[in-house]
Amino acid sequence: MNAIEIKNISKSYGEIKALDNVSFEVKKGELFGLIGPDGAGKTTLFRLLTTLINPDAGSATVDGLDMIKDYRAIRTRVGYMPGRFSLYPDLSVEENLQFFAAIFGATVQQSYHLIEPIYKQIEPFKTRRAGKLSGGMKQKLALSCALIHCPSVLFLDEPTTGVDAVSRSEFWDMLSELKKQGITILVSTPYMDEASRCDRIALINEAKILGIDTPENMVKAFDLPLYGVKAKNMFALLEVARKQPGVLNCYPFGEMHHLVADVSFNAEDMKKALAKVEGFCVEPAVPTIEDMFIKLMKQ
Amino acid sequence: MSEIVISVRELTKKFGRFTAVDNISFDVKKGEIFGFLGANGAGKTTAMRMLCGLSFPTSGTGSVAGFDVMKQAEEIKSHIGYMSQRFSLYNDLTIWENMMLFAGIYGMSKKESEERALWLLDRLQFMSEKDTVVGSLPLGCKQKLSFVIATIHRPEVIFLDEPTGGVDPITRRQFWELIYEEAASGTTIFVTTHYMDEAEYCSRVSIMVDGKIEALDTPQALKKQFGAASMDEVFRTLARSAKRGD
Repeated sequence: MNAIEIKNISKSYGEIKALDNVSFEVKKGELFGLIGPDGAGKTTLFRLLTTLINPDAGSATVDGLDMIKDYRAIRTRVGYMPGRFSLYPDLSVEENLQFFAAIFGATVQQSYHLIEPIYKQIEPFKTRRAGKLSGGMKQKLALSCALIHCPSVLFLDEPTTGVDAVSRSEFWDMLSELKKQGITILVSTPYMDEASRCDRIALINEAKILGIDTPENMVKAFDLPLYGVKAKNMFALLEVARKQPGVLNCYPFGEMHHLVADVSFNAEDMKKALAKVEGFCVEPAVPTIEDMFIKLMKQ
Repeated sequence: MSEIVISVRELTKKFGRFTAVDNISFDVKKGEIFGFLGANGAGKTTAMRMLCGLSFPTSGTGSVAGFDVMKQAEEIKSHIGYMSQRFSLYNDLTIWENMMLFAGIYGMSKKESEERALWLLDRLQFMSEKDTVVGSLPLGCKQKLSFVIATIHRPEVIFLDEPTGGVDPITRRQFWELIYEEAASGTTIFVTTHYMDEAEYCSRVSIMVDGKIEALDTPQALKKQFGAASMDEVFRTLARSAKRGD
């Protein structure tokens, strides 16, 4: 059985289409990533699936339950960590945890095995008010609270936004641990480099799903020749490279620019043509999720 | 010898017994894109606030655009541009009205403001949207607009605090092309980011750990120094050595 099934869901706010005919499934026990920029519709999808709002069209089930008919039952089974910090700043760490447990009719002891690896890191500060915690500690407390009733499906809306690269990677380690406990996780992120931490991903932009697959297959589907180009003056190189024959696109990509070519492109010809450009070099490059995202956005 | 636009010596900021910024020293040259990196809680924001004239150092010295961070905070504010990670234009005003408002705040004359605004609109190819209410623009456009408005008074230095967070990959790159272009025209760029590929676009990068600057060089030299394949690896190596949490 699928943990989440979304069928042709659409949602608008006035003139603005937040979700346009979105369909996909998340399998039980899957760590599924929803990857896209701000304004893509990620938060709307989370609010729909956690039964906080209703769709204009389409239907969805969570844990086999209908999002409209069975909304009360869904709420007892899902854990939700919204993008914005939503705990009680005036309650202490411990009080927040106990409060959320009480609401769900659970006890901290019941779920302690689940939250222990995360909660242990903030336990030394359990008497501190939640509002006085640092960003990283707030995030760990929010995740602990979302797990307090041992949910079968966990919804995490941009848990790593604004978090540095090292803390982000630690957060994903925590998610991998939770996955081992059998929890289905739907997590959204604007960071493309986090895609590889998911079992499957959906790329989302401007209310539409651009593609769904495993991160490996997503990258394999990039079917155009891709090169990395470099020169002393990287900014000037962009303009020059874009004018070369067979070049479809050229954009900054860290240390090198990525150059998307068509079949007529010949790297040797480009080397000859740009022999005068100081430090010029061109070599085949391996596509990433971000290259795929750019390609799909352009289509 | 290139002109130095930001110069900082032994700059320190303490909050009670906590040393947020611990004795940092560095120079930034005119036209440089200076990447200011660090883990959450390393002290980046506190350091940046001192450089922008928003907070006084506990000790040390610094000058920004030729003004003293201790004594001339107001002069600094009028000679720098600042783009915060939170969108801070007025959503209910049109693009043009936002531009006129910010130009006015910086004391530009009407004629000067209008000429500058037209030039910037042309550069962004936003001329036809000039009377569009900013709130209705797509996020990517808003970011680019925030950037050019931060340059409206031709500041010598622009501080960008995580300017590309949550932006789609195409807009993110267009944004960096704007930064490149601005730097090439002689403006100094001081930028923070959590995207490590963006660290590669900087002329030089500093990495803060526990309030101190632990590394500062060109991306190429840093990668060599740490035997790393990417800036991501350099950052991870340094950030892992942090003792204090965020």
